Amino acid sequence: MAKADKLIIAGREFNSRLMVGTGKYASNEETALALEASGAEIITVAVRRVNLDRSKEALLDYIDPKKYTLLPNTAGCYTADDAVRTCRLAREAGMSDFVKLEVLGNEKTLFPDNEELLKAAKILVAEGFTVLPYTSDDPIVCKKLEDLGCAAVMPLGAPIGSGLGIRNPYNIRIILDTVKVPVIVDAGVGTASDAAIAMELGCDGVLMNTAIAGAQNPVAMAEAMNLAVRAGRLAYLAGRIPRKLYATASSPLDGLVS
Amino acid sequence: MKVNINGEMRELDGQSVLQLLESLSIDPRKVAVERNLEILPKGEYDSTQLADGDSIEIVHFVGGG
Repeated sequence: MAKADKLIIAGREFNSRLMVGTGKYASNEETALALEASGAEIITVAVRRVNLDRSKEALLDYIDPKKYTLLPNTAGCYTADDAVRTCRLAREAGMSDFVKLEVLGNEKTLFPDNEELLKAAKILVAEGFTVLPYTSDDPIVCKKLEDLGCAAVMPLGAPIGSGLGIRNPYNIRIILDTVKVPVIVDAGVGTASDAAIAMELGCDGVLMNTAIAGAQNPVAMAEAMNLAVRAGRLAYLAGRIPRKLYATASSPLDGLVS
Repeated sequence: MKVNINGEMRELDGQSVLQLLESLSIDPRKVAVERNLEILPKGEYDSTQLADGDSIEIVHFVGGG
């Protein structure tokens, strides 16, 4: 692959186009092994209260924060105010401006509440955050997020944790045509081919958690996703052949024995 | 005095935020602290004294997607 093919978000360069979440693993050891196998450089984390009796081990005792760019999320926030508050805490905890902004509409679908999302994005951009918003696969909303100053847009492929894959590749393509900031498919990937499809569409990256953490062998699936994202990206850059209804022979027609 | 820490009411003697974190065996570098809904910058943990009725949130990063 071309050496210059880097993912650039807000001026920062990354070699891997796969971003992974750190939730739902059986143990912190498994999380660390899966992250390693995924090749990801950006990993998402959640912001939660410290357990005051310190009975639980901390994730960051197992993951070297110097090795990864931590992308704190606002998972569990249903209003712009809550999401903004969480981002401010995340910045203080991690000393970084990068945030994955999500403002959810309801618990059943975990679809974004785009009205609240736009409100939160505006405040956070003004406060100097590098905002990566999880949003619907809606080109209009994605354009608004870009215009507000978000550093990327992260449309869902399907509901969070559903594993349904890229349900509306046409919308993703329109989003790619509409915005100039990186487009990262966030949510919905179920298996390696889903990640490859997102990359073949021309997406700049893919973010996933459940597809890896929920697999029977998370470390093996992390490696599969690593390969799929690279394969999909390479196929996109290589340029696929057009789809045709009828066959075209691959062997020469001349020189057949008769 | 009574201070609400992460939703738990605790009876404390007068102390700074840094002393509170140390008494809970919490590494100040790995957390963020909010005092009465305002972020408390890390540089102010030592100089900030807790007051009766304060509401403190201490958060850190956990696994998430």
